[in-house]
Amino acid sequence: MVNKNNNVYIALQNNEESRPLIEAIEHDNSDARVEFYPAMVKIDAPGRLVIRRETVEDLIGRDWDPQEIHINLISLSGNVIEDEDQFGLERAN
Amino acid sequence: MSANQRLNLREKYQKFTRDLAWEPSYQKKSDIFPQTDFEGIHIHDWDKWEDPFRLTVDAYWKYQAEKEKKLYSIIDAFAQNNGQLNVTDARYINALKLFLTGVSPLEYAAHRGFAMAGRQFGGVGPQVSCQMQSIDELRHVQTQIHTISHYNKYFNGFHDWQHMHDRVWYLSVPKSFFDDAMSAGPFEFVTAISFSFEYVLTNLLFMPFMSGAAFNGDMATVTFGFSAQSDESRHMTLGLEVIKFMLEQDERNVPIVQKWIDKWFWRGYRLLALVSMMMDYMLPKRVMSWKEAWEMYFEQNGGALFEDLARYGIRMPKYWEVTVKEKERLSHEVWSTFYNYDHAAAFHSWVPDEAEMQWLTTKYPHTFDQYYRPRFEHWQSQTDKGERWYNNTLPMLCQTCQIPMVFTEPDDPTTTCYRSSDYKGEKYHFCSDGCKDIFDDEPEKYVQAWLPVHQIYQGNCGGASVPEVLEWYHLRDGEDNKDYLYSQDRANWLKWKGLTEEAERTLKAVVNG
Repeated sequence: MVNKNNNVYIALQNNEESRPLIEAIEHDNSDARVEFYPAMVKIDAPGRLVIRRETVEDLIGRDWDPQEIHINLISLSGNVIEDEDQFGLERAN
Repeated sequence: MSANQRLNLREKYQKFTRDLAWEPSYQKKSDIFPQTDFEGIHIHDWDKWEDPFRLTVDAYWKYQAEKEKKLYSIIDAFAQNNGQLNVTDARYINALKLFLTGVSPLEYAAHRGFAMAGRQFGGVGPQVSCQMQSIDELRHVQTQIHTISHYNKYFNGFHDWQHMHDRVWYLSVPKSFFDDAMSAGPFEFVTAISFSFEYVLTNLLFMPFMSGAAFNGDMATVTFGFSAQSDESRHMTLGLEVIKFMLEQDERNVPIVQKWIDKWFWRGYRLLALVSMMMDYMLPKRVMSWKEAWEMYFEQNGGALFEDLARYGIRMPKYWEVTVKEKERLSHEVWSTFYNYDHAAAFHSWVPDEAEMQWLTTKYPHTFDQYYRPRFEHWQSQTDKGERWYNNTLPMLCQTCQIPMVFTEPDDPTTTCYRSSDYKGEKYHFCSDGCKDIFDDEPEKYVQAWLPVHQIYQGNCGGASVPEVLEWYHLRDGEDNKDYLYSQDRANWLKWKGLTEEAERTLKAVVNG
């Protein structure tokens, strides 16, 4: 393998509640690749991917707790970083 | 503002989990947690356990309740709207029969397994994670039963799934997989299920297959699937954490963990052979092929995961190259096996139609036309003559994975792969080097395997004839089994779609009955 393979991904249900999350991810992760499948969306990014509370709150106009991600989350890959302000995934390599 | 909102996430997590623990004063820790040592794993400091999701019990109930509410409103809507009539084709329902008999009982087994593992871990971090997972798994089996019970009103084969899980020949594959994990120690169990199975492999079932369920109009199934998988995200992070924790605690743990990863990757991969066929043959409208899904979820994503773990001295699971060599044949070999033995299965099989074969040709350009299409065309010509063929010779099973020996040599798709080992004067047979290695490492465990074919021949399954065995399985001959083409399911489907004449013809032609 020539390229280092260090992708992380998050998959969300493709519904109304996920739309601002997808938008926030695209806003804060310029390398993120968004792919739509029936009923689901899978977002890959090299090395790191983050969902910021502030970005989501700006989009939806209300308070948002990063743990709300659990409701529409389908799957993920990477080491989870979670605090009050963000939900992120990263590779150590 | 309530008290817990004043704490930040880390503090709140500390209060709600770690602070619930206590040091025993009148019992020895080794008496309370007697299974912590025997697997050879060395743990020095349980507090080094990092919880990736800082989910506390109050937040857990809140989010789980919300997931349930969403799920049940969709299940209700599906039932009220007669959603079963809106799936692409009644053949699709057979994937659900396999799911309910093969997968849902594993959710229940996982519920039990994590309750046991959580009880045996000496640290409060993994105790809480295992407890939540145990409750999650109970939720999964319940939601699956509730969702699929709707189909039981309209289609055959759903009526006695737990009984079948314990008895039917191919269901011994998933059953023995979990029995194997549950009869190991707590560290091996969590490595097997949370890491090797959930982190590395189950995405293939719960992502592309469930997305396929949506594509085929089954909103109810995709919703329980995604709802379950959202819990799995937590389980997967638990799996990764348990691996990292063991590896960081003591370097003597590294070879043990690697051995478990090798074993459980291969065990899980063999189990997923059923999923390969669900994706390539049982979804009338397809999202992606098994091969594409394997490339996406194992080769790329699994590859990134193992590069990440390389810093601990962990490498890719042994025989992963074989899985890549097999990706262009796996689903075809497995579907063909069920076509052979469908008179003893609790779901219908069929020869793919021409458009479907064309899709398979496109997705499997190196193998399908060469090896598998001629076989299906031959079977179709037999059926056209009214001689649908079933194989009445019981197959030899692999002693480890319990799948009939139907897989081919890694480097030769035309030669069946046979391996064997001698142990205490008996010969044992395997489908692959992976399964042979697993046996050779723990022969005392695997010589005890309950192999359905052996059991039938020993007279332990109701009798020696197919009808007797079917009765013992609680399978109704001519209703639940055999080819879809002449099934009651198909006749009913045609009737519901207004094709009454064709439905009558189908019923008259029931060679199954």
